[in-house]
Amino acid sequence: MAKQSFKLKVNGSEYEVYTEPNRPLLDVVREDLGLTGSKEGCGTGDCGACTMLLDGAPVTTCLVLVGEAENRDITTVEGIAKNGVLHPVQAAFVEFGALQCGFCIPGMIVSSVALLDRNPHPTEAEIRYGIAGNLCRCTGYTKIVEAIQAASSRM
Amino acid sequence: MYRFEYYRPTSVAEAVALLREKGEGGKILAGGTDLIPQMKERGRHPKYIVSLSLVKELRGISFDNGDGLKIGAGTLMAQVAEHPLINERFNVLAQGAELIGSLQTMNLATVGGNVCNAAPSADAVPAFIVMDSEVGIVGPGGSRTMPMWQVFEGPGRTALKPDEILTEVRVPTPTQNSAGVYIRHCPRKELDIAIAGVGVYLGLDSNNTISHARVCLASVAPVPLRATKTEEYLVGKQPSEAVYEQAGQIASGEARPITDMRGSAEFRHVLVKVLAIRCLRQAVDAIGVRTTR
Ligand SMILES: Cc1cc2nc3c(=O)[nH]c(=O)nc-3n(C[C@H](O)[C@H](O)[C@H](O)COP(=O)(O)OP(=O)(O)OC[C@H]3O[C@@H](n4cnc5c(N)ncnc54)[C@H](O)[C@@H]3O)c2cc1C
Ligand code: FES
Ligand code: FES
Repeated sequence: MAKQSFKLKVNGSEYEVYTEPNRPLLDVVREDLGLTGSKEGCGTGDCGACTMLLDGAPVTTCLVLVGEAENRDITTVEGIAKNGVLHPVQAAFVEFGALQCGFCIPGMIVSSVALLDRNPHPTEAEIRYGIAGNLCRCTGYTKIVEAIQAASSRM
Repeated sequence: MYRFEYYRPTSVAEAVALLREKGEGGKILAGGTDLIPQMKERGRHPKYIVSLSLVKELRGISFDNGDGLKIGAGTLMAQVAEHPLINERFNVLAQGAELIGSLQTMNLATVGGNVCNAAPSADAVPAFIVMDSEVGIVGPGGSRTMPMWQVFEGPGRTALKPDEILTEVRVPTPTQNSAGVYIRHCPRKELDIAIAGVGVYLGLDSNNTISHARVCLASVAPVPLRATKTEEYLVGKQPSEAVYEQAGQIASGEARPITDMRGSAEFRHVLVKVLAIRCLRQAVDAIGVRTTR
């Protein structure tokens, strides 16, 4: 199988990568583009650590072949803060101590931002549903939910 | 993942021609939420992949009172779950789609993938079957149509030939005074595979007698199973708790479950009965008729 050229648009910047088509988007973004915020937890779509936005919708990028994301708008956790200013969700996570080891957090932030974009004032149940695809081994989720509620009230 | 050749045709015709030309050992890729985990962990190594990502004609939902609902095979579960008209008039389809994994999964997973993966546990399938859905299939010889319940031949096996593509699902407009319900039982609320599931569609006539009944069982047979004896029993009955109980008993008898890590065959038989009773009660409730005690 020959390498192929793929055009990717990540956080507003355009990249061209020359690689094998059997690689997941997650690996290409981390290894070839050097954007290592997104993590691999399971590699099979269960944990959400690899969540990025594809045209604004959260997806598990360990299941997305690089070619499937060509010419679409990809947002990673690195693209959430603007001009060095944290997004209200990120600021609230810091303030509330909504993270421990941090491994799940890039995916969690991306899912939370997507949730508030669609539904700026979610109920607690809606928040929990919005992050149900992001597993966290550390926090027990309470602080995460509180942080998202706080961010929602400030946006 | 093993290496493979990767193709992205831009039309159904081009995709079919590719499958035919390349021959055996290929795989169609839609959302990848079944296929990619199978390639990473379960020893599936296609020689080549035909991605449907650029085939726009496979995506979209349309409705016409006469023709009913048409859902392109490449339509995302998230779109089905959120679609206002589906929620209003084909609610059971939204119920099924909504169960497919997390939001991240629903934003990748397609209707065609859920059908063609042919898992006995596929959650959108019983909903489509009880709504009497048909599928459109296109291959080198042209197109054909078949009732969805006839598509499945075994776990992971369908009636489609390797060079055929499922293009759309067609769902007839439901009659007045009808409702569908799908309920599955999982150990966890989210992100789990059903131990058993039951889908029901009921239509009542002007005397509140059951005139249409369709029942489909999930995860209790090698294929999504139509419970035809239960359907026959229900037609002509007035909704009552005694009728639900008896129907549940018959459905439980029609199930052919196995014992696996998720649950025993015995447990699944019991679940089918309980879920069928709940589905029937909820369907009659949704129509707005009171069940006789
Ligand atoms: C975390 C997670 C949770 C999940 N939870 C559930 C769940 O709760 N319930 C459930 O039912 N499923 C679940 N799934 C399975 C999966 O998401 C669904 O079955 C999904 O609908 C598959 O669609 P896809 O587009 O991703 O299919 P793909 O993986 O792309 O394809 C699946 C199969 O269908 C074939 N195929 C796809 N499209 C066509 C077509 N148009 N014509 C012919 N063949 C085709 C492919 O070749 C492949 O064999 C889950 C998956 C993950 C990763
Ligand atoms: S790494 Fe993608 S979902 Fe776990
Ligand atoms: S903070 Fe450790 S997994 Fe979430």
